[in-house]
Amino acid sequence: MDKRVSKFLIFSLFLFASQTAFAQASIGGSSYLLYTLIGVAVLLVLGLVIFVADNLLRVEAKQMGLDKDGANFSIFPSMDEIRRPAANSSVGNAKITNLKKGFDILLEGEAEKKFDRTRARTFAVQPKNFIGISPIPKVTVAVGDEVKAGEVIMFDKKMPEVKYVAPVSGEVIAVNRGAKRAITEVVILADNEQKYAAMPEFDLDNASRTDLVNYLLESGAWTHLRQRPYDTIPAANAIPKAIFISTFDTAPLAPCRSFAIQGKEAAFQKGLDVLNKLTPGKVHLGLNAKQGATVSDAFANAEGVEINWFHGKHPVGNVGVQIHHTDPICAGETVWTLGVQDVATIGAIFSERRYDASRVVAITGAEFENPSYVNTYLGANIGELVKGQLKDEKARIISGDVLSGQQKTVENFLNFTDDQITSVTEGDYYEMFGWLLPLTPRPTISGTYPNFLFPDMKFKADTNTHGEKRAFVVTGQYESVLPMDIYPQHLMKAILVNDFERMEGLGIYELSEEDLALCEFVCTSKQPLQKILRQGLETMRDQG
Amino acid sequence: MALLDFLKKIEPDKKESPFLHTLFDGFFTFAYTPNHTTKGGVHIRDGMDLKRTMVHVVLAMQLCLVFGMINIGHQHYQALGLYPSFLSGLHLKLVYGLIQLLPIIIWTHLVGLGIEFWYAAKKGHAIEEGFLVSGMLIPLIMPPDIPIWILCIAVAFAVIIGKEAFGGTGMNILNVALLARVFVFFAYPTEIAGDTMNIGKEVWVSGFHYDPALLAEGIKTQVSEYGWAHGLFDWIFGAFGWSTFGEGGVAMVDGFTGATPLGLAAKGGWEAVTAVYTPTQMWWGGIPGSIGETCKPFIIVGALFLIATGIASWRIMVSMLLGAVVMCLILNAWGATPFMEVPWQYQFYMGSFFFAMAFMATDPVTASSTNTGKWIYGFLIGFVGMIVRVLNPAYPEGWMLAILFMNVFAPLIDYYVLEANVNRRLSRKKSIVAVETSPEEVTAH
Repeated sequence: MDKRVSKFLIFSLFLFASQTAFAQASIGGSSYLLYTLIGVAVLLVLGLVIFVADNLLRVEAKQMGLDKDGANFSIFPSMDEIRRPAANSSVGNAKITNLKKGFDILLEGEAEKKFDRTRARTFAVQPKNFIGISPIPKVTVAVGDEVKAGEVIMFDKKMPEVKYVAPVSGEVIAVNRGAKRAITEVVILADNEQKYAAMPEFDLDNASRTDLVNYLLESGAWTHLRQRPYDTIPAANAIPKAIFISTFDTAPLAPCRSFAIQGKEAAFQKGLDVLNKLTPGKVHLGLNAKQGATVSDAFANAEGVEINWFHGKHPVGNVGVQIHHTDPICAGETVWTLGVQDVATIGAIFSERRYDASRVVAITGAEFENPSYVNTYLGANIGELVKGQLKDEKARIISGDVLSGQQKTVENFLNFTDDQITSVTEGDYYEMFGWLLPLTPRPTISGTYPNFLFPDMKFKADTNTHGEKRAFVVTGQYESVLPMDIYPQHLMKAILVNDFERMEGLGIYELSEEDLALCEFVCTSKQPLQKILRQGLETMRDQG
Repeated sequence: MALLDFLKKIEPDKKESPFLHTLFDGFFTFAYTPNHTTKGGVHIRDGMDLKRTMVHVVLAMQLCLVFGMINIGHQHYQALGLYPSFLSGLHLKLVYGLIQLLPIIIWTHLVGLGIEFWYAAKKGHAIEEGFLVSGMLIPLIMPPDIPIWILCIAVAFAVIIGKEAFGGTGMNILNVALLARVFVFFAYPTEIAGDTMNIGKEVWVSGFHYDPALLAEGIKTQVSEYGWAHGLFDWIFGAFGWSTFGEGGVAMVDGFTGATPLGLAAKGGWEAVTAVYTPTQMWWGGIPGSIGETCKPFIIVGALFLIATGIASWRIMVSMLLGAVVMCLILNAWGATPFMEVPWQYQFYMGSFFFAMAFMATDPVTASSTNTGKWIYGFLIGFVGMIVRVLNPAYPEGWMLAILFMNVFAPLIDYYVLEANVNRRLSRKKSIVAVETSPEEVTAH
């Protein structure tokens, strides 16, 4: 900031000096035109001198190799510097990708940065959390068996090399089945003291990629990887062009990942080292440049990875948006993504030689008494985590956030990739003239509500749809909240008519449900965009 | 809540009487936002829905509607040579306009909504809100003296052929309101064309007919006529001691033509227009014309309201203005006819440019649906509309035809915008593949 001010001052000084010089130069005549022409000429010459000198300065700096870290040696601020948003102190002089489009939905019930002492006793692995695996995978344990954390409990017959392991040690108490006998949950009652399955020694520095992949497949670490497009578990022989990790979440009431990673910094760095061996490209870390955001040193000082700073509103924290702005996915390419706590889990396998599936989960939402964080393990029982917290029994509980999370009951378990439980009031009420004269404040991007007068207001949203489903009518609405070069409405129409070529052309591979969730929220016609997108992704996956 | 209970009690059965149920559903969802909750996908939804969107467009038109109503009365009394100032005799002008306008609005909705309800019941889905806006736009773009039967046929044509044939709200290619107008224009040209040389009924000024007694003698003199509704209001006005409509039969002022500024400009350029109307008069709208399109300031207020609330696209409005200005300047430079020589800024004092810009071109369903496309779409409407207005000898207004023309081309514009997006994606691919296949990168690990 100071640098920019001083540059501006120097530049204006030059300007003033040139004007004084002109004013003193008195010519006998009285032609204003002549005066003006001379003035312009003087300004031009001075400007030229400054411009040339400035360029020489920059050339010199370049020759001496001083401009490596993006420092600007010109006396003029560069376009990036002028447009640079106010950032937090961790960013320094690094380049910031500033995204203008998007919308932050502010809700009541943000998690306080403290740990609640609630403990979950039962945990589950849910095959439905893994897109694309068969509904009835082979469960290798029986009810009553004792398992250790990291022990294999099931595998998919289509990809038998990928092993799914127990997140905690304890007794398998149930294998629940749903419609068509599909396995919904393998439930484990956790021991009070965690026991970990022994992991064989692995020399990360000298091992080949194949050995590493086999090790990851056996240890259960592979199930933490997700492949874009499709959000599936990658095939064992797949090589991604890059790996992306978003270290912040901008969804409504999202947990702070810098807070969640506390105490696991070493494991996180180890995890990054492992990931670096898996791709010929880079491992990208997306960081939050927003002013006032806390950024863990584990992220800001991560080694061996490409650090990208992002600034903007939701969905800037979505890894899909970050991929689009760093190294977009094209037809035939794949990238991998995973969460920061998943990276720590993978790292712990190598640094501590145990499958540590411990998770920091945020309990959020206006319907909980004390929104805060809890320490637990992967796939924890939701009812046990929110025990005694729920204000209203009828409130909706969601694994994940209100935009792309999944509705759950207190008997259900947290989904594999979720680090948040949200509660939201059910909105099954009639509202008189609700479409014209709403009685309660509600989040919206529409200018027909006075919301823009209260930019910091937090809302107590409910699940009412506030209107009925209609055909696509309003245009340009999705584009206004999606910071990607994609036309969502046209893509949706291409999916609905099964036009493969168009879907591919309009960038279906770059999207995941969470990226379109905000578009679905703002949709005037109340269209189910995430569902349509998944339908399209499944169609494309079937096509191969 | 008592009302809610009552409404729930009288709800007709969907299977037994689908039409009644659709009718009930249409009005019920108007009174109460339904208790639907989100299922799958997002758990909370934006407070905006299609009803709210549509009703805000209707709200934006209300100033034009009220002004148009008074202006109908004003033009009527201008023809009689009475109350020359716009605000004098306001109660008479307002009531006269109301009596003229109300049947137009009611019949438009009866026919249009009736067809919509019938189709909704037939297809078994809820009534959609599209006609809320069309039903208000159509009266505003009709001449004040439009025969009701023509209006009804035009509305029926627009809704059935223009909209329902394509699948209802959100699926139509052509703007429904403009389709009704264009139907009247092509099917009943003598009734609607603003050409004063027609020896027919002058539609731009309402409330006159040929005096049968004089017509028998071969003298064509138009005299005013009033109906029972006017008599009713006369009775009220009389009680207050205000001026009344009277019995009618008063002859039109000699030499009053009721010609629209564009009709004059097409014949004699700007001089011919200013001989009859002052620029201020045209700007504020106390002139003959379609009901809602004469008052420019009120239309601009409506347009700004739509832009501020984000309902209508400012891109289309701005680019349409640009397109029209560019074409005006070209025509000025050409200057082959008196109409071409009308100074470019005065072109906007005449005709319905602003109304078309604010409410017609911005219809999201028929406009281009990409932001880049909207710039092109708007610009071309402005450009083509001005060509039609100035260069077309038959009909001196262009926006209706220009917008319908560009409605047809909007999907094509979008197609090329999307193709550009696809090509950007394809060209991006090449550069990355080149990086990925470089040998030392792959063998590095």
